Amino acid sequence: MNSTAVIETNDLERSFGDVKAVCGVDLLVRPGEIYGFLGPNGAGKSTVVKMLTTLLKPTGGSARVLGFDVATQANQIRLRIGAALQDASLDQKQSGREILQMQGALYGLNAAEINQRIDELKTVIDFEAIDRWVGTYSGGMERRLDLAASLIHNPDLLFLDEPTTGLDPTSRAQVWQEVRRLNREYGTTIFLTTQYLEEADELADRVGIINAGQIAGEGTPDELKRTVGSDVIQVRLADGSDREAAVAALNRVGGVDHIDIGPHGLLVSVSNGAAAVSPIAVALDSVDAPVSELTLRTPTLDDVFLELTGDRIEVSA
Amino acid sequence: MTATSNDQRNLVRARPSGFLRDLLTVSRRALRAIPREPETFIPALFIPAFFFIVNVGALQDLTEGFPGNEDFDYRAFQLPTAIIFAVTGISRAPGLVTDIQSGYFDRLLLSPARRLPLLLGLMVADLVLVIGLCIPVIILGLLLGVSFGTGPIGMLVFVLIGAFWGLAFTGFPYAIALKTANPGAVGASFILFFPFAFLTSSTVPLDQLTGWLRWIARFNPITYILESMRSLTGDTWEWAELGKGFLAILIVATISQSMALAALRGRLDRG
Repeated sequence: MNSTAVIETNDLERSFGDVKAVCGVDLLVRPGEIYGFLGPNGAGKSTVVKMLTTLLKPTGGSARVLGFDVATQANQIRLRIGAALQDASLDQKQSGREILQMQGALYGLNAAEINQRIDELKTVIDFEAIDRWVGTYSGGMERRLDLAASLIHNPDLLFLDEPTTGLDPTSRAQVWQEVRRLNREYGTTIFLTTQYLEEADELADRVGIINAGQIAGEGTPDELKRTVGSDVIQVRLADGSDREAAVAALNRVGGVDHIDIGPHGLLVSVSNGAAAVSPIAVALDSVDAPVSELTLRTPTLDDVFLELTGDRIEVSA
Repeated sequence: MTATSNDQRNLVRARPSGFLRDLLTVSRRALRAIPREPETFIPALFIPAFFFIVNVGALQDLTEGFPGNEDFDYRAFQLPTAIIFAVTGISRAPGLVTDIQSGYFDRLLLSPARRLPLLLGLMVADLVLVIGLCIPVIILGLLLGVSFGTGPIGMLVFVLIGAFWGLAFTGFPYAIALKTANPGAVGASFILFFPFAFLTSSTVPLDQLTGWLRWIARFNPITYILESMRSLTGDTWEWAELGKGFLAILIVATISQSMALAALRGRLDRG
């Protein structure tokens, strides 16, 4: 067991009857980092979070959070973590202040401490609405209040389960800004699950990719992108083109690392994009595979996900 | 990390709050919710008042003034029935289902709060509510001429019996709420109310019930609770009747609250 790890799991498993939602997940999250846990809907992200936050018991393997075992030292963990869960809403018939006061009281804070924390969390919440019922809040306001509730006791580790799913771009940017601020100013370690590739890319120091309950890859966003290649050339074939012949032709081009077949065409990973564009166009022309679009770009985490899992992330609202 | 943030983090840190504070915190929220959801208690005020007035109007002349039983007061006889109608099945269980379905219950479980107060705190609010429901029904009874021979203390015991019964019964809807998290199932728990409330001496004295109904009523705890409450409108304290009433409440409370606690344990273990 790593003594400096904030989160460490070994072969973590969770089954629901015959269905294995999480199968053998190994994670290591270091102090002060933002760890992005990326995967499509149903990949097992929320199940992992529920185990790490002590809401679900693992059916196999082990997990330690802040040095405490999730199965046997749950209360020690609960005192030290905060969590804003994707599928958790707040009591619609309580005001924002009442929610925060109750949350603070459950964490043992006295009235003065709660008021101090509410004051400090002014930047997170819509303070002018704090005495209104939560039922009158917009989705973004409620999500930010939920975030504030999870921060009321100054947790060492914050779990954010899809914190921006369903939010408009402005609210999403506000949440991103707050996540960065918490990490930068307070050194809070943040475990962030997301199905948005740009969110992981934007916020995370390191990213773990989960698919079908298993870790498919892990590293910094740059490290992961480098596994795809230095550059990606996206080829969209014209209608009627012979895709098999195109792939065979591309495989013969020098500098091509590998080719993925995606829903929007072929993704050709190359070490030097600028040098490879012309040979690729010529190769496709030679096998009668007309191209409707040919784009050179740097790899994205979407390319990484495709490379690791053979599929793209389908984002749901 | 900045010096300011270090200071803040040293000042405000989570710590275990203790059973009693957890209980007060949860019950305070549940109490706040009561006036915000009047639909949950207004029927419980209207229905017993309606039955009380209608039953007294319909049966008072038929039941009073018989030779050998000239002192029988049907209004005093019906008042405990009205109380039982008011308090049976009143609980925050539908709110608990909403919390489970919305995920708010998970937010409470994420906290270091003890698990038992998450349920008991709701019951504290239930107790306050059922006492609150008893009072207008008693005032109605007093206005219609019911008197308590045992005085104000007898009236207080009368309210407490009603309140303890209401609390004892809450175990059933809470057990269903925790087991199923289904509002329909919790609503259906009201079905339990009918055998409890009608297969008993709720409208006529036990010895005037038809043979089969009298036989069943003897096994119904409500029979003994009603008799204990009725004894308080008499001129003397009837300790045996009161003892039987409290024993009946204790038996039902033991069964229903055991079911609720088992359901809570089951929901936590599912985690």
